[in-house]
Amino acid sequence: MTASVSIENVSKIFGAFTALDNVSLDIRAGEFIVLLGPSGCGKTTLLSILGGFQSPSAGRVTIAGKDMTYVAPAKRPTTTMFQDYALFPHMRLVDNVGFGLRMRGLAKAERDEKALGFLDLVGLKASAGKRPHELSGGQRQRVALARALAVDPDVLLLDEPLGALDLKLRRQMQDELKAIQKRVGTTFVHVTHDQEEAMAIADRIVVMNQGRIEDFGPPSEIYMRPRSLFSAGFMGEVNFVSGRVAAADASSAHVETPLGSLALPAKNFTASAPKAGDRITLTIRPEHFRADDKAEGPTVALGEARVAGSAFFGTHYRCHLQPCATDTRALVAHLPQSASVREGEIVPLAVRASDVVALPASGGHA
Amino acid sequence: MLRNMSASVLSWAYLALVYAFIFLPVAVLVLFSFQDGRLPVPPFNGFSLQWYEAVFADRKLMAALGNSMVVALVSSTISVLLGFLAAYALGRYKLPGSALQRGLLIAPMTVSYLIIALGLLSLMNALHIPLSLMTVGIGHVVINLPLCFAIIYASMGDHHINIERAARDLGANDFKVMTLVTAPMLMPSILAAFFLSVTFSWDEFIIAFLLSRFDVTLPVEIWSLLRSGLNPKTNAIGSLVFLASVAVLLILEFSLFGRTKKQ
Repeated sequence: MTASVSIENVSKIFGAFTALDNVSLDIRAGEFIVLLGPSGCGKTTLLSILGGFQSPSAGRVTIAGKDMTYVAPAKRPTTTMFQDYALFPHMRLVDNVGFGLRMRGLAKAERDEKALGFLDLVGLKASAGKRPHELSGGQRQRVALARALAVDPDVLLLDEPLGALDLKLRRQMQDELKAIQKRVGTTFVHVTHDQEEAMAIADRIVVMNQGRIEDFGPPSEIYMRPRSLFSAGFMGEVNFVSGRVAAADASSAHVETPLGSLALPAKNFTASAPKAGDRITLTIRPEHFRADDKAEGPTVALGEARVAGSAFFGTHYRCHLQPCATDTRALVAHLPQSASVREGEIVPLAVRASDVVALPASGGHA
Repeated sequence: MLRNMSASVLSWAYLALVYAFIFLPVAVLVLFSFQDGRLPVPPFNGFSLQWYEAVFADRKLMAALGNSMVVALVSSTISVLLGFLAAYALGRYKLPGSALQRGLLIAPMTVSYLIIALGLLSLMNALHIPLSLMTVGIGHVVINLPLCFAIIYASMGDHHINIERAARDLGANDFKVMTLVTAPMLMPSILAAFFLSVTFSWDEFIIAFLLSRFDVTLPVEIWSLLRSGLNPKTNAIGSLVFLASVAVLLILEFSLFGRTKKQ
């Protein structure tokens, strides 16, 4: 089963600390949502509120249109998969997975059969008679998933479930998690601080910081068209270039920066429409720099820069470029494998105007 | 080389002396329970099982043995149950004055058995409750509850909280969380508390003496036997009591430490 989730103006205050500050979010049925943010951003608190382990200080939570704000965890159509898996150490796997069914009054034969089915789903049917301490971390994680899914929840809440696994296993489990979610169709809400993990599995990502939602959308949109400086910086490496709007009309704006001036489409101002005189910060991903202006599509020249250092990363060269025109901080650019860059060399800088996102300037990112 | 050897001999001799000091009285007690003669003192006249026969033929002793078992098992069960419930409440819920409540629960450990027995005796008198095995059992719950609480409370780790939360999330009510999840997870310490309580109740004299009347427990019966003078029969029953305590300790060892090794 599956259900939509709606969070309306939820706040959570612990003494003097505001963990969640007026958060609103609408999740469609069957979506894989990832709550992404640094530790302390409120993502785990939000998950606890969805699971019923904490009550919000203000606001409302509805699941499938029913008010669940103050309903106990057991009475909600949600199950939670805990970070430490929280398996029952004294029970066999089949009893672990069948526990929720036992609480719902299913007879032993029936619940064992269903439990074996869910163990099969996660590839552990052969280990049904084992106890949790005989399993590896990845296997325990799968059992926890099977146990949470066995009661057929509308919404599955996952609290950093891959955090304890090593990198290789984590990437593999991401794919499995995504595949299982597609098969069962349940709404998944997954908490993580790993942006690669978020992009790998999410239908839509919620970027959170200091108790607020900074950005919400599909991974490509969050990465390519971030709506806040925090979101742009958290989703991967980015260059911030300060600037000022010299002139603006309905479709485009003329921006002046220390690197030169360029015209940007108005839709690249993702946070608010451009007005002449606005102080802004341009965000440019390293891979959007073109070393030569002969690259595909029309580009905008941004002067020249000296290569201060470069390293080969396999898929690209990662270069530190010092713009010649100004003494602003060095830019990071990813140049193609074919580019032969040497330290001290002067290269022309160019970007496609459509790749550059303009956001309101904030004091810290001048 | 020589110094090393002499040091090693000395330390072994010291160890032997320590164990001799601890176990010699028990060894002598057991040895003279097999005395072929009327006095449990040297010289050892020869090997005989007559005093064990006499013990098993003594109806009063056998009745006392049965009483001791009943009191030990029932009072330990109640102590463990109450201790577990108190530990669960204080370990899992924010209660008013929880530090004070913990202190109050453990406080009886610091009071001498004599004082506890006298206090209970005057309370029973005031309430007009006749002395019986039940009052002895109540006394033993008073002394064993703090122990059970302390052992079980100490083993309730925070890492169990999420496991209980998961059980609740999957639809278990408080009773089911306790019986199906918490108690089984804490079983090693619950068993340890139970068997320690059994041995303490089994050996306890002062409370059993002051709070019993017609039906008495084994230590009280042995004491009345001793009043008529030394007799190898008292050695025989003493050896049996010792054997029972050792048996309980062995059960504890295998059920508890066998388990923890496996997990």
